[in-house]
Amino acid sequence: MSELLSSKTNSLFSERSKQRRKLRSFKEHLARYLVAVGGIGVIAAIVLIFVYLLYVVFPIFLPASMEPLQHYSLEAQGKGIYLALEEQNEVALRIDEQGNVLFFATHSGKTVHKERLPLSAGTQISSMVEVDANQGLLAFGLDNGTVLLAKPQYQISYPNDVRHITPKMVYPFGDEALILREDGSAVETLAVGNSEESISFLSYNASAGLVLNYYLKEEDLMEEGFTLEEQSVAHLDYGQTVSRLQLDAEQQFAFVATAEGVLTVFSLADKSEPEMSQRVHLLAGGARLSRLDFLLGSLSLLVSDSKGTISQWFMSRDAQNAFQLTHIRQFEPMVSGVQLLHSEQRRKGFVALDQTGQVALYHSTSERLVLSQPLLGRSPQLMALSPRANRLLLESDDGVIDLWSIDNEHPEISWSALWDEVWYESYSEPDYVWQSSSASNDFEPKFSLVPLTFGTIKAAFYAMLMAMPLAIFGAIYTAYFMAPSMRKVVKPTIEIMEALPTVILGFLAGLWLAPFAEANLPGIFTLLLLMPLGMLLFAYAWTHGLPKRVQQCVPDGWQAALLIPVVIVVGWGSIALSPTLEGLLFDGNMQMWMQHELGIGFDQRNALIVGLAMGFAVIPTIFSITEDAIFSVPKHLSYGSLALGATPWQTLIRVVLLTASPGIFSAVMIGLGRAVGETMIVLMATGNTPIMDFSVFEGMRTLSANIAVEVPEAEVNSSHYRILFLAALVLFMVTFVFNSVAELVRQRLRDKYSNL
Amino acid sequence: MKSNSMKKWFAAGTPWIWLNAGAVSISVVMVVGLLLLIAVRGLGHFWPADVQQYRYHDQGKTVRLIGEQVSEELISSGLLRESGQTVADDRESVKRYLLKIGNRDIGGLDFVWITELGIEEQSQPDALMVLERREWGNFYGYLKQVKERGQLVSSKQSLWSELQQRLQRVSHFYERIEKIQKSEIGAVNYQLERLRLQARSYELNGGSTPAEQSELASERQRLNVEYELLQKELNQLLHQVNRDSLVAEVMSGETVEISLQKIVQAYRPNEMNVLQKLGFYFASIGSFISNDPREANTEGGIFPAIFGTVMMVLLMAIMVTPLGVIAALYLREYAHQGFVTRAIRIAVNNLAGVPSIVYGIFGLGFFVYFLGGNIDQLFFPEAAPAPTFGTPGLLWASLTLALLTLPVVIVATEEGLSRIPRSIREGSLALGATKAETLWHTVLPMASPAIMTGLILAIARAAGEVAPLMLVGVVKLAPTLPLDGNFPFLHMERQFMHLGFHIYDVGFQSPNVEAARPLVYATALLLVLVIIMLNLTAIAIRNRLREKFRSLEN
Repeated sequence: MSELLSSKTNSLFSERSKQRRKLRSFKEHLARYLVAVGGIGVIAAIVLIFVYLLYVVFPIFLPASMEPLQHYSLEAQGKGIYLALEEQNEVALRIDEQGNVLFFATHSGKTVHKERLPLSAGTQISSMVEVDANQGLLAFGLDNGTVLLAKPQYQISYPNDVRHITPKMVYPFGDEALILREDGSAVETLAVGNSEESISFLSYNASAGLVLNYYLKEEDLMEEGFTLEEQSVAHLDYGQTVSRLQLDAEQQFAFVATAEGVLTVFSLADKSEPEMSQRVHLLAGGARLSRLDFLLGSLSLLVSDSKGTISQWFMSRDAQNAFQLTHIRQFEPMVSGVQLLHSEQRRKGFVALDQTGQVALYHSTSERLVLSQPLLGRSPQLMALSPRANRLLLESDDGVIDLWSIDNEHPEISWSALWDEVWYESYSEPDYVWQSSSASNDFEPKFSLVPLTFGTIKAAFYAMLMAMPLAIFGAIYTAYFMAPSMRKVVKPTIEIMEALPTVILGFLAGLWLAPFAEANLPGIFTLLLLMPLGMLLFAYAWTHGLPKRVQQCVPDGWQAALLIPVVIVVGWGSIALSPTLEGLLFDGNMQMWMQHELGIGFDQRNALIVGLAMGFAVIPTIFSITEDAIFSVPKHLSYGSLALGATPWQTLIRVVLLTASPGIFSAVMIGLGRAVGETMIVLMATGNTPIMDFSVFEGMRTLSANIAVEVPEAEVNSSHYRILFLAALVLFMVTFVFNSVAELVRQRLRDKYSNL
Repeated sequence: MKSNSMKKWFAAGTPWIWLNAGAVSISVVMVVGLLLLIAVRGLGHFWPADVQQYRYHDQGKTVRLIGEQVSEELISSGLLRESGQTVADDRESVKRYLLKIGNRDIGGLDFVWITELGIEEQSQPDALMVLERREWGNFYGYLKQVKERGQLVSSKQSLWSELQQRLQRVSHFYERIEKIQKSEIGAVNYQLERLRLQARSYELNGGSTPAEQSELASERQRLNVEYELLQKELNQLLHQVNRDSLVAEVMSGETVEISLQKIVQAYRPNEMNVLQKLGFYFASIGSFISNDPREANTEGGIFPAIFGTVMMVLLMAIMVTPLGVIAALYLREYAHQGFVTRAIRIAVNNLAGVPSIVYGIFGLGFFVYFLGGNIDQLFFPEAAPAPTFGTPGLLWASLTLALLTLPVVIVATEEGLSRIPRSIREGSLALGATKAETLWHTVLPMASPAIMTGLILAIARAAGEVAPLMLVGVVKLAPTLPLDGNFPFLHMERQFMHLGFHIYDVGFQSPNVEAARPLVYATALLLVLVIIMLNLTAIAIRNRLREKFRSLEN
């Protein structure tokens, strides 16, 4: 016996069992460690969602910055009149007043290529404009009344897989200067409007006045250039001294301004006879006009003056539907008078420099002064902004160049651009608009989140309008009155609908319900009206009309089953009545009738459909939680009330619902959270147009549907992309907060019940 | 007296109780009605409806119309009069029928509306034939001739059986052609592409040795030879398959010739009896489930969508189960039960309510662009600039959905863990087991039904989710399945098709929604059935589990 025991103890302390114990303890620690790491990792992954969304959104809020990169002098030349950068920021271009063209390396100032403009002997450049920043077309007004059009060309080749840029000047309209002024007077001020089909020149000479030359363009397939056909030459009637001229790209209007800021608009509907259409004062308080520039797309004029104020103007339709040059917005002023101003080539932004050398980056749509900082301490003469708006090249004295980098990724986003009414170009008034992209390059993106938020709220509102009564009343009945055997069937039936894919609901809503409702619109409304009436009538008839014996055949708590045929009959009846009603009341077509009589538009996929379909999706959620909350109200509460003589209904209203109300509240919150974030139903059951109309017969576009539609096409890390992430973040936070509040309320309630 | 009783009735609250009952009735009617609607429309599609022939009087002409009657409705006479038709004054409404006349290649229109007023005669001739075609939709008409290489064959009597025989022959060849085109030539192309990438990666790593080069060259040579052989066989088969054709008369009286290779099947519904129709019905359902889609997904089957959904869900299940269980174990068994744990529990719970599109955009940004982009740079530089993992695909879709369904699994597992009586754990610990052993041998097996429940619910949710998938990997038509015979067999980077997205795409993006609608109903029915079955299974397991623990606790 003792032998046996000792052998057992021996085995307990033997080498093998020691090892086994070691292994077990190792396993124990390993498991603890693995589970902890895994568990925390999973939770971290969930947090990552929030963090990542924030990480993508965050750069929106980062301020812009500028840093000096290079400082160097160029090979000596005459006084510069033009400076530009090409797309890759590798080569820059400088033109001086003698017509010397210098291409130099942006980062070192080394000469890459030199040439001269083909000016005929004895002619001088008297004015110069950049016609079209995107194409780089330049116009040189000469002192013999002619104009020369030139354009830098940057040929890119990849010898040995390294990018190499070969610059040169090309002359798409021929290297002969074009005669603008027959009298040979110098082109002192010049404006050029250049569209696909035509080009117009507005030139001014202090003694010989304003002349407008209008040409049609014809593409020369052989030589990759254009030939011009002169259409008209017109002298404009204008008595004052011109300071600035502008001509929009489509050549609809000419803008002529004096140094005092009196601007005259000429309508160019007939280019052989320009007509003065409007005269406005651009400036206030004795300031003098310093610049008049177009924003990208040549729709908006930027007016800047000697006091540093900058304002935006464009031709907008007034109440009489006539175009008027309208003051749109005032930007934050600069410290001193504006000296140089350059519009961006890809966005509706611009850079301005004042006399003290202070630089400012603006964006028009967002009304933002993105950045303002002193640059050189002295005022530069020339400025060039790279096409991607990430480099700024400045020339202060002859040939002394400063290169700055600009980091300004998201100027178009501001609080006002996202949430306020914005006066967009070619709109007649400020408005909330979401329109993120278009086919043209000089399009002004409209990023107002208001229509989308409005759509989200509208969809959720109609969905809750449908879901709340049905779900809450249904839950009350199921939890409190329904016979247990019936409850066992009804509850899972309704709950299983929660799992129904919303894509199916959306598809039925869009392809079955929408046309059905359109065809039976009066029926739908009769249904809403007749359903409760029919039920009450049936109930009264049942309780008062039938002998007790028949009534007792159906035990208490089965009313819902009795009503099912009523629902079916009333539903069928309303729909069957629909054509007759439509014929009687609405001349056979309710949509037309509403349109004519009430001015209510009708969209087949409208808020009514979304309300019905999404309400259907939300019902199970609200139903299930409400039912739980009411069902778990301690029974002794209601027994007490009933014992004191209250009817079941009174007990329900005064005791049970009161106790369960936090639970019902949390059910509604969770349902609302679901309605706000639902994507497929709204995507399929509405027209997805971002309009702001609360009418039940119009569609909407919600934040979630907008994400689903636009994110695959959005350029990664663009402003558009980040705004969509912002929308997602907002959705995430809103639903998370809704659910958290609901959950807290529910937990409290649970504690309360357990105390009762 | 009467009004008094009414007042009393209201005061007692009885009408309100009835109204509440009404809310339940409405909900139940809607739920059941919706399921019935999907079921009837989805299943009805496969029934070989009789083909009708009408003599139809319209705008002074009498024409012959042949087609299937799809639906009927009542419209008010006013509308008809507005469109210029004469309707007798005493008629308030007129019945009109939607007729599927098919023959899209001839008439251009698939459907016409006819009113009962114009119908002069209606019949169902036995000889009317329906051809299900590989393109241009259905064909309706009378069989007139069968030709072999342009020569007439067979006599009038055996025309139909002759056609069926020849169709069988063609379909046999056609299967072989499909196989060659899809899997065999596909495999050769796939290997050629791998060789190209191999060569490119040698180039990126500073050139290849002559041995490597010759190996590549010989491999390429071998594949090219194989390709030639396949191409040759394919040409022969194409020659064979082109042999026969039929001539049929359409409703306008014209005759058209149709090559047999364009025909999936030919049948005459009017002469079928109920049993034959039933057989045809089930065969149609079978081919719907097992065939590839045709005609921009508006016809044919949905096999790739089923396959893609299953693959995605399986991958998701493999990812989500261990993660969810470990997280639940940590929260319930290891973490200190305090405020933080409670907060985390609430947060996890709430994640189930976060809109799925948020997961989708996260998946696109983080998994596809960030992770995928970096993986491409590190491991697939030879494929650049074409993305490998840096584009939506199966892996990212299942990962996104795993994240989406993680809360479901965590919550279900936690619930299971919390139901296991403490005494069982203590018993195990008292016998000397470590905590890990207790968990592994006692607690987890007991919690397995709960884990199962969570997993099933997760699968049900994942199978029906569409919005996030639109962003991270689902396409309307995937050229290849994500699983095939080419190494490494499972292609996680490929895009795939999905039942839910199929519904969205065919129902809303396809050019011919009317023709595709029955198919969408059928797809929806399938999806609903799968999801309801999964949920019922989960509920059943949960109920069994509850019973089990109730007996344990007592």
